[in-house]
Amino acid sequence: MGTNATVAKPPKAAKFRGEVFINNDRCKGCGFCIEFCPPKVLVTSEKYNRHGYHPPALANETGCTGCDLCGLYCPDFAIYGIRVPIEGAVAQRA
Amino acid sequence: MNLVHADPKTVLTGAHFMDGNHAACEGAIAAGANFAAGYPITPSTEIVERFAARAPLVGATFLQMEDELASSIAILGAAWGGAKSFTVTSGPGFSLMMEHIGFAAMTETPSVFVDVQRGGPSTGLPTLPAQADMMQARWGSHGDYEIIALSPSSPQECFDVMIDAFNFAERYRNPVFVMMDESVGHMTEKVVIPSADRVLLVPRRYTCLPPSEYLPFKPSPDGIPEMARMGQGYHFHVTGLTHDASGYPAINAQTQQELLSRLVGKIRNDADKIARAEERQIEDARIVLVAYGITARVALRAVQLAREERIPAGLLRPIVVWPFPEKRIRELAGQAKAFIVVEMNQGQIVHEVERGVAGRARTVLVPHAGGAVHRPEAILEVIREVAQWA
Amino acid sequence: MGMTTAVNPVEPLLRSERMPHLWCPGCGIGTTVNCFARALERSKLPLDKVAVVSGIGCTGRVAGYINLDSFHTTHGRAIPFATGLKLANPDLTVAVYSGDGDLISIGGNHFIHAARRNVDIKVICVNNFIYGMTGGQVAPTTPLGAVATTAPYGSFERPFNLPFLAESSGAVYVARWTAYHVQHIAHSMTEALRKKGFSFIEILAPCPTLYQRRNKLGDGLDTMRYYKERSVIKNGASTRDLDLDFQGEITVGKFVDVERPTLQETMDRLYRQRLEDRYFGWRQP
Ligand SMILES: Cc1ncc(C[n+]2csc(CCOP(=O)(O)OP(=O)(O)O)c2C)c(N)n1
Ligand code: SF4
Ligand code: SF4
Ligand code: SF4
Ligand SMILES: [Mg+2]
Repeated sequence: MGTNATVAKPPKAAKFRGEVFINNDRCKGCGFCIEFCPPKVLVTSEKYNRHGYHPPALANETGCTGCDLCGLYCPDFAIYGIRVPIEGAVAQRA
Repeated sequence: MNLVHADPKTVLTGAHFMDGNHAACEGAIAAGANFAAGYPITPSTEIVERFAARAPLVGATFLQMEDELASSIAILGAAWGGAKSFTVTSGPGFSLMMEHIGFAAMTETPSVFVDVQRGGPSTGLPTLPAQADMMQARWGSHGDYEIIALSPSSPQECFDVMIDAFNFAERYRNPVFVMMDESVGHMTEKVVIPSADRVLLVPRRYTCLPPSEYLPFKPSPDGIPEMARMGQGYHFHVTGLTHDASGYPAINAQTQQELLSRLVGKIRNDADKIARAEERQIEDARIVLVAYGITARVALRAVQLAREERIPAGLLRPIVVWPFPEKRIRELAGQAKAFIVVEMNQGQIVHEVERGVAGRARTVLVPHAGGAVHRPEAILEVIREVAQWA
Repeated sequence: MGMTTAVNPVEPLLRSERMPHLWCPGCGIGTTVNCFARALERSKLPLDKVAVVSGIGCTGRVAGYINLDSFHTTHGRAIPFATGLKLANPDLTVAVYSGDGDLISIGGNHFIHAARRNVDIKVICVNNFIYGMTGGQVAPTTPLGAVATTAPYGSFERPFNLPFLAESSGAVYVARWTAYHVQHIAHSMTEALRKKGFSFIEILAPCPTLYQRRNKLGDGLDTMRYYKERSVIKNGASTRDLDLDFQGEITVGKFVDVERPTLQETMDRLYRQRLEDRYFGWRQP
């Protein structure tokens, strides 16, 4: 019986890179995404958004795994991550 | 408005000997009701008992809920699911339903509520009649809204007005009330149920627009929005909060003003079209009796007795009680010297009559606390007295 | 951040024009909505056939933000509304999404009866231990001793154990998670959406503005850390043992997953048995 409920699996290293998208103006600065990002690549940014909150920022460009835990946690639908195939591919508009 | 015929499989065509409660149930089924939810309460229970027996034979569903709060909103859920639905109760249960009557008015949900009135307040006279919920039907839920209420005087009329009630509910997308009473509910008489092709029904007003162009609460030219079918990709939203044409909450005075004037206006502006009344010996009447439901039958007897004594009395019997036929009262106030309102309560509809008469004639109330109908002789006494000065 | 434009997986499920929503910073309700979006996708249900019904409260606003046929009903009555909706239109998958006060206090009677009947609806209860929308009053879920505006010296009532209540009333699927357990919530919601019968998922969630603040428990993030540290997953645990104490250990997991004929199946079977050819079946609207 474990206490840690949410375990993010790392992406298959060679095939994918992670990409995270942040909608700054939706953020209310709760910090969930920063706290629960498994590789801890998010930090609180210095800047203010339109509503006076500090949105998160990506501190480490290559560290995001695209696990989308931030997307699951964010109560304001302001952030999410995707996995992009590494062979030069880009994300498609869904 | 295009009407459709009732489904012959649901209509029990023929002459029957049945009480008002059973007739009301058959009226609902003939009107296409395919969902009812209720909670047992005397003297209304036979309606749902019959519906429970008939439902699986006519493609309908009945569920006895845990209380009237549940049954009064289950029918609204069913209505949005596509059903024609109704619930049935009496005084105490009617009190519990009030919040959902407002919700039905606010969300413009076609729905029919039957109240077989008994003596109150509180538990009152469970097995005996009254007509004391007439104002509750009109005003019982909080906030401003309009409703339509019908009051049948016989088992036959219980059948007939159920069909009207469902048609009004669909036509105006509004809660509609059938205000019966214990006497009419338990009185057994001949009831003739017509063939299905003579039962004309107002179909639900569904939109033809594609989801991209549809706004769920945008009024049609007649002020009433069209509904969308559930599960067809409209992704519409319904809320009891003040909302705009999109159906989304808009908590501000202007939206409230627009919404309320439309909700109230769609009924008020059509009051003449909705009105339905029976008039007996009114042409030369100097004394107009106003009575509805079971009481109208006693009042008619009193009119006949008065006529035997050459007193020019007549009867106005509103079948649609709400909206109140104020215009007709106003017209009659030109010819009549007095109005005598006979009702099984301590004075409810009399206030509406007084308002219509506006001081141009005298208005006299013949009240009754309930538990039994008026005696015609008691009404005649009042007529005689009024005739002295009328 | 890349140059590409992708779409947040929750976005197609949102009425985007209504964002930002009214929930406070660090409120857990939005987090559960992300899970619901993932669950809908994974369940492979046709979205046009899914309806969401809410009562009144902060959680009750979920119906107004989700881009499906959705109903924001009256306080406590989402379940009987959903019952009517489902019976009238059996093709629909009906999810009830509401708060602890709404579902368990004013709506408690409907909750137990719908579970008893095994109405085929999925009930998601966001339990923040408080009446959020009205400003932080005591709820039937408030832990003993926790402060609320109407329990200024601490609640002196024993709270309900919701999974136990659900199971003993007849629910066929019962789970409890906290807002920290996002993957588990999404998984349970997927299972519930696919399951026939009365399914119940309780999600403990922060209400930082009222519950946490009044009880000096920090903000939403502090609460999420507490959930992380003090939750113990015990799938299959007896629901009897799931009482919650003020800031104590939280047992989470899936506790019940059984098969029982639904209300509609039972109705149908009995009508068929008794009425044979005379049974009309249901006229689809
Ligand atoms: C009949 C009725 N009584 C009271 C209210 C006021 N009211 C609105 S929401 C609410 C409590 C909501 O609490 P909960 O269901 O826990 O939702 P939360 O806001 O915490 O998500 C109350 C009491 C109401 N709207 N209707
Ligand atoms: S997707 Fe989000 S949570 Fe996952 S690694 Fe990237 S930033 Fe962190
Ligand atoms: S979880 Fe969302 S709202 Fe909270 S800090 Fe991150 S982006 Fe902002
Ligand atoms: S009051 Fe509490 S429950 Fe309501 S939105 Fe704010 S944090 Fe959430
Ligand atoms: Mg709550």
